Amino acid sequence: MGSDPSLPKCASVKGLLMADKPKKVLLDPLFNNNPIALQVLGICSALAVTSKLETVFVMAIAVVFVLAGSNVSVSLIRKHLPSSIRIICQMTIIASLVIIVDQFLKAFAYDISKQLSIFVGLIITNCIVMGRAEAFAMKESIGASFLDGVGNGLGYGLILIVVGIFRELFGSGRLYGFVILPLSNEGGWYMSNGMMLLPPSAFFIIGFFIWILRGWKTEQIEEN
Amino acid sequence: MHNDTIKKTLLVAALLSIACSVIVSSASVILRTNQQINKALDKKKNILEVAGLLEEGKSIEELFGRFEARVVNLETGEFANKVIIDNFDQRKAAKGPASSVQIEREADLARIKRRSKLALVYWERDPEGQLQQLIIPVHGKGLWSTMYGFLALDADLRTIRGFGFYEHGETPGLGGEVDNPLWKSQWQGKLAFDEAWETRITVLKGKVNPNNPNAQFQVDGLSGATITARGVRDLLKFWLGEDGFGPFLAKMRISERVTHG
Repeated sequence: MGSDPSLPKCASVKGLLMADKPKKVLLDPLFNNNPIALQVLGICSALAVTSKLETVFVMAIAVVFVLAGSNVSVSLIRKHLPSSIRIICQMTIIASLVIIVDQFLKAFAYDISKQLSIFVGLIITNCIVMGRAEAFAMKESIGASFLDGVGNGLGYGLILIVVGIFRELFGSGRLYGFVILPLSNEGGWYMSNGMMLLPPSAFFIIGFFIWILRGWKTEQIEEN
Repeated sequence: MHNDTIKKTLLVAALLSIACSVIVSSASVILRTNQQINKALDKKKNILEVAGLLEEGKSIEELFGRFEARVVNLETGEFANKVIIDNFDQRKAAKGPASSVQIEREADLARIKRRSKLALVYWERDPEGQLQQLIIPVHGKGLWSTMYGFLALDADLRTIRGFGFYEHGETPGLGGEVDNPLWKSQWQGKLAFDEAWETRITVLKGKVNPNNPNAQFQVDGLSGATITARGVRDLLKFWLGEDGFGPFLAKMRISERVTHG
């Protein structure tokens, strides 16, 4: 799932100073340094939970919460973390946060938590979370880490929403559960695209998203 | 103090573990009541779903009011009227040495090792007291997990009205397709027993051929989930058989005057 999280690929984070433009820290992960489109992290769950917008939103909120929480916590104790056990410490924090999210969903959004099944638990292994903890929160202030966490969570959520819109609209003719294109097997005219309901379709949509994004922001094109 | 000394490493590890475990366990304790309410509601919702009585916009508790629950002694097939229904937990009972029986290895199709002596069934009756449908709980091993579900039988105690699991841990997309509404919908109208009251219902590997004379006893398999599908087939065979609800269903056939399908 993604590349070595300890090596941030992007130039924009490397040169960033802590007091340097909080807005940039927050908004860069949306397009300039998107965790999925540029860092290519967290693809797994982007394939799994995007067949409906309802689950997309819950998943995105969960990831924003976990990312912000883990970035803040790691940043808070970064000066005391022994380097030999820093990764396992980050994992402990992330895992705890994910369990809390899972418990909350089971208590307040039971149906959605059943649909998301193991994918909430798998936020633990989402490379974005540990990638940001290691690449950003270990070096930066608490405030900047918080913004970076929220920003990356939103960047992840943005892709999920785009993928979710296409998959739900063309796969089941609905958006957020509301019928937009009445399906032919329910008396409407739209013949649903079954592939859109299957996870591989998310690959195509993410691929197109990256293509369009790199056409717009040509500096993201990797040199061969 | 330098961060990389052994003392500091152990200290940080210990403190972090304690802090995290306190947070996680308090979240779990605080939210438990809510989760249990949700779980109970979900179970009721599932019973309504297999019974085909789930209506959008109506409260589950209200819809559930039409069912009557009875505790059954599986050994004898008689009702165990002394047991208070609200306190009865079949899963807990299946673990206790006094409240459960061990199942012989060869007979243990559902691979559950122990079975509760009692079970909770639900029925719906019309105002005249005529049985409308009977719902029995079933469970058994799939590939990874024990799957818990309900089977609804029509008044003839032969035709399946609905079947579904409310809890399982099978792979999403493969074995997890036991939750697929399309797959679940084919159970409706299938026959669990033949004329001689032998358990016949089975899950095939692959698709059911509608021209096969046995098609009325057969349900499509789940592609990519052979073991889960086999688990479903075996657990139904177990629970409809002599070690499961067999004696109870036989008694019901007499008391409800069900003769032929």
